[in-house]
Amino acid sequence: MSVAHMSAHEREEIETHEQRALGFWLYLMGDAVIFALLFATYAIMIPGTAGGPTGKELFELDNAAIETALLLVSSMTFGFASLQVKAGNRGAVLAWLAITFLLGAGFVFLEVREFAGMIAKGAGPDRSGFLSAFFTLVGTHGVHVTMGLIWIVVLGAQVALKGLTLPVASRLYRLGLFWHFLDIAWVGIFSIVYLPGLL
Amino acid sequence: MFGKLTIEALPFYSPIAAGGALVTVGGALLVAIVLTWLKAWKYLWTDWLTSVDHKRIGIMYVVLALIMLLRGFVDALMMRAQQAMALNSGGYLPPEHFDQIFSSHGTIMIFFMAMPFMTGLMNVIVPLQIGTRDVAFPWLNAVSLWLSAAGAALVMVSLVIGKFSTAGWTGYPPYSGIEYNPGVGVDYWIWAILISGVGSTMSGINFIVTILKRRAPGMTLMRMTPFVWTALVASVLMAFAFPAITVACGLLALDRLAGMHFFTNAHGGNMMNYVNLFWIWGHPEVYILILPAFGIFSEVVSTFSRKRLFGYESLVYATAAIGILSFTVWLHHFFTMGSSANVNAFFGVMTMIIAVPTGVKVFNWLLTMYRGRIEFHPSMMWSIGFIVTFVIGGMTGVLLAIPPADFLMHNTTFLVAHFHNMIIPGVLFGYLAGYMYWFPKAFGFAFNRGWGIGAFWCWIIGFYLAFMPLYLLGLKGMPRRMETYNDPTWQPYLLVAASGALVVLCGIGCMVMQLYVSVRDRAKTRDLTGDPFNGRTLEWSTSSPPPPYNFAVIPTVADREAFLEMKEKGIAYRRPAAYEPIRIPSNTPIGVILGAFGFVLGFAMVWHIWWLVLASGFVMFAAVIVRSSNDDQEFTMSASEVKAIEDQRYRQLGSRS
Repeated sequence: MSVAHMSAHEREEIETHEQRALGFWLYLMGDAVIFALLFATYAIMIPGTAGGPTGKELFELDNAAIETALLLVSSMTFGFASLQVKAGNRGAVLAWLAITFLLGAGFVFLEVREFAGMIAKGAGPDRSGFLSAFFTLVGTHGVHVTMGLIWIVVLGAQVALKGLTLPVASRLYRLGLFWHFLDIAWVGIFSIVYLPGLL
Repeated sequence: MFGKLTIEALPFYSPIAAGGALVTVGGALLVAIVLTWLKAWKYLWTDWLTSVDHKRIGIMYVVLALIMLLRGFVDALMMRAQQAMALNSGGYLPPEHFDQIFSSHGTIMIFFMAMPFMTGLMNVIVPLQIGTRDVAFPWLNAVSLWLSAAGAALVMVSLVIGKFSTAGWTGYPPYSGIEYNPGVGVDYWIWAILISGVGSTMSGINFIVTILKRRAPGMTLMRMTPFVWTALVASVLMAFAFPAITVACGLLALDRLAGMHFFTNAHGGNMMNYVNLFWIWGHPEVYILILPAFGIFSEVVSTFSRKRLFGYESLVYATAAIGILSFTVWLHHFFTMGSSANVNAFFGVMTMIIAVPTGVKVFNWLLTMYRGRIEFHPSMMWSIGFIVTFVIGGMTGVLLAIPPADFLMHNTTFLVAHFHNMIIPGVLFGYLAGYMYWFPKAFGFAFNRGWGIGAFWCWIIGFYLAFMPLYLLGLKGMPRRMETYNDPTWQPYLLVAASGALVVLCGIGCMVMQLYVSVRDRAKTRDLTGDPFNGRTLEWSTSSPPPPYNFAVIPTVADREAFLEMKEKGIAYRRPAAYEPIRIPSNTPIGVILGAFGFVLGFAMVWHIWWLVLASGFVMFAAVIVRSSNDDQEFTMSASEVKAIEDQRYRQLGSRS
């Protein structure tokens, strides 16, 4: 449908979704400020181990590598879901969302297991300033991924019940922005927390 | 079951604390009784609390700000009284209570007076000035309002249940940490700020999108009014600076709740990081507050000088420059913390540079008035009083920007005098100018001028009496936040300062009288045209108060002073041939529900009532999901309903001529 053939109401609705997309971009930039400050806090607290374990003793590259793989692949599968939204293929959208959910849930599972293991070793967030910063930075990302998982479920239900209507598609677009943003934040965590910690 | 909350939390330990609680509870009860007596609950709920109309949200923000202004001012009076009498004695306030009062004074005036006042004025006016029907996200706007109100309510409830923070409005650790401050005071402070901070971040995003995406056709960026420009830059700062205070307070909360070591003395903590995080927000915050006030002064000076604003473009560039530079000066709040001389020098130089665009604006206003036909409306009085007073505060600021000088005056009342000298004229006078300027637009009747001018004179005389002595005391070496002292040469200055606070009290009395007289006389002073001051910008082109849709037909803008140009061309009040149906966002209770449960969540966090934290968090989460799954958030006002409202408007216009 070309713009010339739209009614005023339809034009208004499309403008509304454009405004929501811009607003969501701005939210993500604000979220990026939060991550930036947590990264900076982590960087200055690396020496603050208070005689406790350091990153070298705690981090496992295998685990971080698998987490990275899960999250990056989930971004790709979300991309496939977005393509199917454009194609108007409801079943395929649901299938790709389900795969994305499983990959994201796998990521959260691995992270929780890593955290639990560290706490069991006496290396919990109350052990040292360094570990407080580690758990808060990585945990904030993990909470974001968990929120993304809940959001995938909510929007999956909307796709199933309402179909790929304009409002639902626009929500999926914003969820996509969110999900890809978490990838970028994770790439930062991998390169600033895990890699230097082990080198 | 109730966490740390026991009957001990009630303030029966001191008559003054019990009195404060009594006033709070009594005030709330009185409002409830009056509402019941007027049978106004239903009206309040359907027309106000659940409203998503930007004008009503704006008015509610300003009401919140004025109530909190009273509370913050009572704190100020109590501090002035204590210091006036506390020579070689304990005065009438024990140290712990005095500490709570200066902490709550600063917290309230910045977060719950200035922020809501600014957001309220932006809400009422920005959509009208850019010629649109509402903000980009009307529901989010309501959520922002109610989260701010939840934060304010947390500060107020600390008067009745438990105590407030004693750590000052900046809450520096390690003193604000759990080791030295095991009570609930700091937690009240943290959660009030975290909850209202989310609201401010969302307001920032909302207004950026509104201003960038919803301007009337023809309104290019360089045709926006100065107030819209300053609101845009302030919104950008809100969206990107508030996350910093969220991080600072969030990490402090983790230290206190989860035993972490971000800012503790031992275990690898680094309290200097908190100070950096806090002021990375804190300095932009100064400009968040002051830029919209600059915008208001620009509007007021131009309207009441009957002249186009002098140097509009320089004002716009100066505003944008301040917006960027405001992120590069935060370290001047703690030159004495121990950074190297080079770091201090860099931030000192940046601080002097940021004074330059501010100076540019002073010349914008002065040269707008030059050879203008000045009308001494109260708003104009606030503006002129601001220019004179603010320049003095700016010069003491440049003095403090020199690190060696700052080492001498740091933490003295010189600093207290300096920032009050910036914020009272620069922020509060600006908002009061806007409040008196746009009152008839918001309510449709005139705002009494005599009492307004009385308020101005009391405020400005009171201001000089209260704060000029503090400059001198600071130079004599008096530290800030003194509960008692033993230097008899200080007392005369403190007595003068206290008398200044009493003169300001008269100013607040004038403001109360101004509201009373204006409401009483409203039938005689109706604003039938919507344009009582021969305005130049679009908000004056619609009726007062504006209809729910603001503009029956979205105006087309051809000039920076859009409405003045329309009046000059004779097309300002032309009737359209026909009206079209208009889509209007529907009211929803979910905003006020989120605010209410946000308050409960904060309260439960303060008192460690974990089940209530989970329950209220779950309700908020569910409410957001329900709302975000709703596709039908608007209703349509039919063309005939629009026509009926507009017919009424044109009858009013006709009856005048």
